[in-house]
Amino acid sequence: MTFSPGRRRFLLTAGVVGGGLLIGYGLFRERDLLGDPAILPTEGDQVALNAWLKIDGAGHVTVAVPRAEMGQGVYTALPMLVAEELGAAWADVRADQAPVDKVYGNIAVLTDAAPLDPHDHGFVATTLRWSLSRVARVLGVQVTGGSTSVRDAWLPMRTAGAAARDMLTRAAAARLAVPPGELEVSDGKVSHAASGRALSFGALAGEAAALAPPTRIVFREPGERRLLGRPLPRTDVPAKVDGSAQFGADVRNAGTVYAAIRIAPVFGGQLGSFDRAALEARPGVIGVVPLEDALAVVGRTWWHAEQALSAVDVAFSPGPGADVSTADLFARYADAIDADDGFAYEDRGDARAALRGADVLRAEYRAPLLAHACMEPMNCTVRLGDGTADIWCGNQAPDLLRLIAADMLDLPPERIRLHTPLLGGGFGRRAEPDFMRYAIAIAQAVPDQTVQLVYSREQDLQHDTYRPPVLSRFAARLDGEGRIAAWHNHIAGPSVSQATIARAFPGLPLGGPDKTSAEGAAHLPYAVPARRVEHSKVDIPAPVGFWRSVGHSYNAFFTECFVDELAAAAAADPLAFRLAHLHDRPRERRVLTLLEAVSDWGSAPPAGRARGLALHESFHSIVGQVAEVSLDGGQVHVHRVVCVIDCGQVVNPDIVIAQMESGIVFGLTAALYGDTRLEGGRVQQWNFPDYRMLTMKEMPQIETHVIESGAEPGGVGEPGTPPIAPAVANAVSRLLGRRIRSLPLRSALGAG
Amino acid sequence: MNYTLRINGETHQVESEPEVPLLWILRDVLGLTGTKFGCGVAACGACTVHVDGRAMRTCTLPVSAVADKHIATIEGPPDVRLQALQAAWIRHQVPQCGYCQSGMLMAAAALLAERAQPSDADIDRAITNICRCGTYQRVRRAIHDAAGKLA
Ligand code: FES
Ligand code: FES
Repeated sequence: MTFSPGRRRFLLTAGVVGGGLLIGYGLFRERDLLGDPAILPTEGDQVALNAWLKIDGAGHVTVAVPRAEMGQGVYTALPMLVAEELGAAWADVRADQAPVDKVYGNIAVLTDAAPLDPHDHGFVATTLRWSLSRVARVLGVQVTGGSTSVRDAWLPMRTAGAAARDMLTRAAAARLAVPPGELEVSDGKVSHAASGRALSFGALAGEAAALAPPTRIVFREPGERRLLGRPLPRTDVPAKVDGSAQFGADVRNAGTVYAAIRIAPVFGGQLGSFDRAALEARPGVIGVVPLEDALAVVGRTWWHAEQALSAVDVAFSPGPGADVSTADLFARYADAIDADDGFAYEDRGDARAALRGADVLRAEYRAPLLAHACMEPMNCTVRLGDGTADIWCGNQAPDLLRLIAADMLDLPPERIRLHTPLLGGGFGRRAEPDFMRYAIAIAQAVPDQTVQLVYSREQDLQHDTYRPPVLSRFAARLDGEGRIAAWHNHIAGPSVSQATIARAFPGLPLGGPDKTSAEGAAHLPYAVPARRVEHSKVDIPAPVGFWRSVGHSYNAFFTECFVDELAAAAAADPLAFRLAHLHDRPRERRVLTLLEAVSDWGSAPPAGRARGLALHESFHSIVGQVAEVSLDGGQVHVHRVVCVIDCGQVVNPDIVIAQMESGIVFGLTAALYGDTRLEGGRVQQWNFPDYRMLTMKEMPQIETHVIESGAEPGGVGEPGTPPIAPAVANAVSRLLGRRIRSLPLRSALGAG
Repeated sequence: MNYTLRINGETHQVESEPEVPLLWILRDVLGLTGTKFGCGVAACGACTVHVDGRAMRTCTLPVSAVADKHIATIEGPPDVRLQALQAAWIRHQVPQCGYCQSGMLMAAAALLAERAQPSDADIDRAITNICRCGTYQRVRRAIHDAAGKLA
């Protein structure tokens, strides 16, 4: 496929979408996507052909990956996009973290933030997405999140590979004195079939780099693909089995000192009195650093610093939320829903009028506050120099962090080198600046040292940016045929996006709708003539943030459980009931139909077990799951989960499968056990013993089936998470003969 | 106090208070960062190493308890079981973020030393490590595969 300015104009006016253009890349000239090769640091005989790839004399291709590797496989999937178009041999491909630069800005994450139906390709929606993509380009926000990595990279990284292929071809043509059209590029070399001659990438890289990039990009035809769609081994795995993988907490410079911290336990509290002399007298203590809302101790090892803080009493003043408990928050939400209309994210037909009178089914659902609990606790390492700074931290927003650091240090952003090592889990938590801010403040008080701040697990759990607790009320009515005639859903909770932006940029005026609040509740695929989905924004004292699948994480639980309630009211099979509302949604139908077959839906489950189903679209991928569950007293056992995903074009099917397994375990852990409780304005849970994680013995058998629909690539890091809670809850409800309407299941079943 | 530590076949002299957990000697004193910190209360297994061939969680294991014992970490020359497991880990593409995997592998290697052909129940009992990325299914498969290859 090729594209040219004329074709782009056609796409704009017609609002037609295709290969990466949907998210707004069609606005840019190919040349602008390639970036300046000079921004890539080179070593030895490496040469950069554009801002995305370097080739060395031995023919190794090093791809600059602009997103963070946090387990989701971007160090493999994104290099595959480049390598495919380039014609590289996979064994020669390496991944390297890209520097901070606007050319790596994530456009998809911003266009996705618009409160639009993802299926709306009408004029207004399309125009809004296109203007947002312009804004995204100017901001150049380099975010890893929203399951956007492949979707966003699909066009620019394939363009980078194709442009480099063209340059290598022209270099070979000059060398061999043959027309470029007679040359073939594959397996890391450029070959001339007629004369049997071939030149390796390594031999051509220098000459190719001296050529101008092409003005017209020609992609390989889908039929010519050799890498995309194959389960290629991940580039990051070998270093993760021998201990050599470098995470943020593993950064070691000569003379590094280690900091531990106590942050005011009540959100918004301040540091009070403490016995400085007693702290300084503790073994291994190098320094004591009081901060506004925290106290840090620097030690010879992290343990010495942490022990000192544990041994000495530190007083904090309570914050404004010192009397708040989780129960109060739900009461506030209920009041907000009773008091007023929310912001309507969807309003078609007159749902409220259709829901006056009798025969209305009503239900109220709740989801709890949740911590991320990344396996690697939050940490950041800082070395301040003379007018420069080096900062190492696993993060999901390097340009944002660099801006904040520049402001704190009063330096131009270019003087700050922000290094992103591997992330021991991210899940949205590492888009936050808190751990870097504290680390910089500590480093400022301990000059001429590399300072590494690591949160204890207790600090990590008690000072997270949590998935908010949310309340969701439903009312619906069935028609004479047992179809949903009207649907009204009113949700209450804080705005995650606004809270996140306010923390990064205090004082910025914020307001208006926040798509994340209603995502997964509005624009459901089911055909319902009258529907209203509204959200009342209620601020809470606990900091809230992006938690793997964000609004979908709770809205899927609410909506897919309520759909099951309606199916029961209609005396219909839950799968057939959903299909009956999906006539014009072929992708969803296909997911459900395959799921029906592979999950043995039609046959009776083994004795004592029940099956539950959920279907949910998020991040442009459609996932259906069936969970097979039994109960043993208050304990829920999940034996088997069958998962079907349509994520459009598949880059690496094994990574898709791994992400479904991962997303399911993440969502199942939350569904069974996840509950971070506020009491007296502070989080009660302290460590894994009371913030329980799913382990090997509770692990269900997971079977994943990937549908190759050929649609635009969707996300895979998050979409596996939302359906598992409703699938399991629907099965549990069936076993109990009463509906489960709150999480975690352990509490809903009275098991504490 | 001065301690003689034998780690991965090498001898290290370490000056330390007796109660400092081995984890922090490894990570912050000796720079052996392959062994990870996840909880500090022996609840997650990220800090697992072998002490005289047995899997031990080092975040609560004082250095005074391991002097003169044989300590093996993920960085060390792997024995035949760990080698087989590492190969199986790559074949099954087990790691995601990878942070828990040093501990997982050390726990699995100790299991194979105790039971050459572990059952699923043996694996459930021995592998109590937390993996927030949810790699358990692949860990189980890779342990069975490595055990098969070693038979
Ligand atoms: S860090 Fe030792 S068990 Fe978690
Ligand atoms: S691979 Fe990420 S915690 Fe296990």
